Amino acid sequence: MENALEKIYTEYRKNEGNIISILQDIQNEFGYIPEDAVYWFSKKLDVPASRFFGISTFYAQFHLVPRGKNIVTTCCGTACHVKGSERLITGLMRELDLPEGENTTSDREFTMEKVNCVGACSIAPVVIINNKVHGKVTADSLMKEIRKLKDEKVEK
Amino acid sequence: MGTGGIAAGGSEVMDAFKKHLGKKGIKAVIKKHCSIHRVGCRGLCAKDVLVDIILNNVKTTYQFIKAYMVERIIDEHIVNGNPVQEWMVSEDYHQFHHKQIKVVLSDCGAIDPEDIASYINVGGYDALKQVIYTMTPENTVEIIKNSGLRGRGGAGFPTGLKWDICRKETASQKYIICNADEGDPGAFMDRSVIEGNPHAVIEGMTIGAYSTGADKGYVYIRAEYPLAVERLKKALKHARQSGFLGKNILDRNFDFDIKIKLGAGAFVCGEETALIASIEGQRGMPRAKPPFPVYKGLWGKPTVINNVETLANVPYIIRNGAEWYSSFGTEKSKGTKVFALTGKIKNSGLIEVPMGIPLREIIYDIGGGIENKKAFKAVQTGGPSGGCIPAGLLDIKVDFESLASVGSIVGSGGMVVLDESDCMVNIAKFFLQFTQAESCGKCIPCRVGTKRLLEILERITAGRGREGDIKLLEDLANDVKATSLCGLGQTAPNPVLSTIRYFRDEYDAHITKKKCPAGVCKDLLSYMILEEFCKGCGMCRRVCPAGAISGEKKEVHRIDPELCVKCGACFEACKFKAIGKG
Repeated sequence: MENALEKIYTEYRKNEGNIISILQDIQNEFGYIPEDAVYWFSKKLDVPASRFFGISTFYAQFHLVPRGKNIVTTCCGTACHVKGSERLITGLMRELDLPEGENTTSDREFTMEKVNCVGACSIAPVVIINNKVHGKVTADSLMKEIRKLKDEKVEK
Repeated sequence: MGTGGIAAGGSEVMDAFKKHLGKKGIKAVIKKHCSIHRVGCRGLCAKDVLVDIILNNVKTTYQFIKAYMVERIIDEHIVNGNPVQEWMVSEDYHQFHHKQIKVVLSDCGAIDPEDIASYINVGGYDALKQVIYTMTPENTVEIIKNSGLRGRGGAGFPTGLKWDICRKETASQKYIICNADEGDPGAFMDRSVIEGNPHAVIEGMTIGAYSTGADKGYVYIRAEYPLAVERLKKALKHARQSGFLGKNILDRNFDFDIKIKLGAGAFVCGEETALIASIEGQRGMPRAKPPFPVYKGLWGKPTVINNVETLANVPYIIRNGAEWYSSFGTEKSKGTKVFALTGKIKNSGLIEVPMGIPLREIIYDIGGGIENKKAFKAVQTGGPSGGCIPAGLLDIKVDFESLASVGSIVGSGGMVVLDESDCMVNIAKFFLQFTQAESCGKCIPCRVGTKRLLEILERITAGRGREGDIKLLEDLANDVKATSLCGLGQTAPNPVLSTIRYFRDEYDAHITKKKCPAGVCKDLLSYMILEEFCKGCGMCRRVCPAGAISGEKKEVHRIDPELCVKCGACFEACKFKAIGKG
């Protein structure tokens, strides 16, 4: 971890970065913001850790716990809402067997997230599965995609 | 080809063209059209993937193209000269474009966004040359002032005036920021412009920097727009290589460069003082204005903040003149505006129309009317800060003043069309959920007020509405509007107020009759299978996300009310109208 953090620190120095860019780099590296990384930077920059946590909890982009291998993001914008995004979320929770309030499966295979709007409203409702945008999604087509991913795991 | 186009299979189609054309050895330039869906910028996203074939100067446009269709197009059309009639765009494609006037979008969809030469070929960077070689900052600001251009991000502040104030400020350092933190759900014009024509934004910003005396620029863009970020990065690199950015631009004594700052997912950062805080690396919390950023902005220095669409207008205004631009639009709202037309509309997509066009023409002529033969109910404009415009006001003109007069706003340009199956109380609740979650928490009216508003709406939609709730909502909404610190709180109650204003009967039905007339609010309805119509096809069982429907093939199915989540999927899926709700 130390090496990766040093590298991020060098970048920060070079590019006149700030706490947000540090956190973005940490997350790019580790997939989430490990607590230790925050303490490392807090010490290095002599900035209280609370500042880092204050910022990382303010912005929706930052995750303080590890996420699943597959990220399924449902768009909850207005157009997607009126075209039934809520239904997709209900279906996902059931398919992934997620209890209310949880968004990552216990085997850390899947994380279910919501996003305000990805700006692909003309093909609503939209779901992003591992960075690939899927448009005009139905509960049926979404479950097929999820099962495909599940099968991939089994095959491995 | 952009975010949506790739989703619709744009890359696959292009690969197929490359592959088959390569095989046949035909010399053809495969143009990478820009933006959202390969069509995004041309607008008609609903017909993705669109492909243009230009053969002997005749342009033929195909719609809904998939990779497997490519070979036939090449064989019949390109090789033998017979276009494939049944795949060509239909009449509504032409009608969709008929009433539009394209300024910002004029080159989107026509040029390759990843190739600076393609932009230069259509006159790109001519405006910058004109400004730098022949004009003073004063003259430039004057043109923008005379054009009547007003900010396209929502507030509609005159752009020329903003530039002029900044120009007159004396400071060692000034900044120009492009606000690409397009947070309104239902709006995607900024993303499309950057994906489709990033150089227009860069050119506009550079002209802005020249006019105001800024030598550093930032584009604050959402991290949720990866393709736009990538194209912008490329465009910045190319612009630097070509001498349009950096030191001594166009060999004159003018330095300016642009950095990209990625947003981290906070709606409030669209507010300019919050955006500044975010660029500085802080929590994105707004501060009181005045002082306005144009006097004291980024790191305390004079800062101009313009929206993407505003900046993308600038090169075209300089090239064609202020008079040309102000010939479009109304007396107070000049020029054109890009709208994202989405929701329950046939021709969903991105449109650019002159300000002042009647709403009816947008919905019925350009949009082609409501999909699935349902009745029009309302248009939601301006996202969470806007309101709903009902059918009775369809003849209203779409400009800053007219929309404000009916309790809505132009906003960033999202237009979500709603039909009879949408519940207006639910829509109000949806937006309050949004603003309540996105409230930064700094000021109490917004933090607590939106929460209380949401709680009242939740209880109404759950069938626990009380007499007097409407009055309570109105009073509270007006207080939140009047006392919140920033635009988020000041406009958050608009969706509530405008739905009460035009759809009070729906509120009444929820509160007194405990009914949701549109059949949306789950707690107020239940689904059942009408045995006499059920054919046992199993469609409802397959679409049910909750596994609440059971039944053997060709036998009457059954819904388990305990498991039913009342999502309505079965209702929509059933071809025999065998699902009842009430």
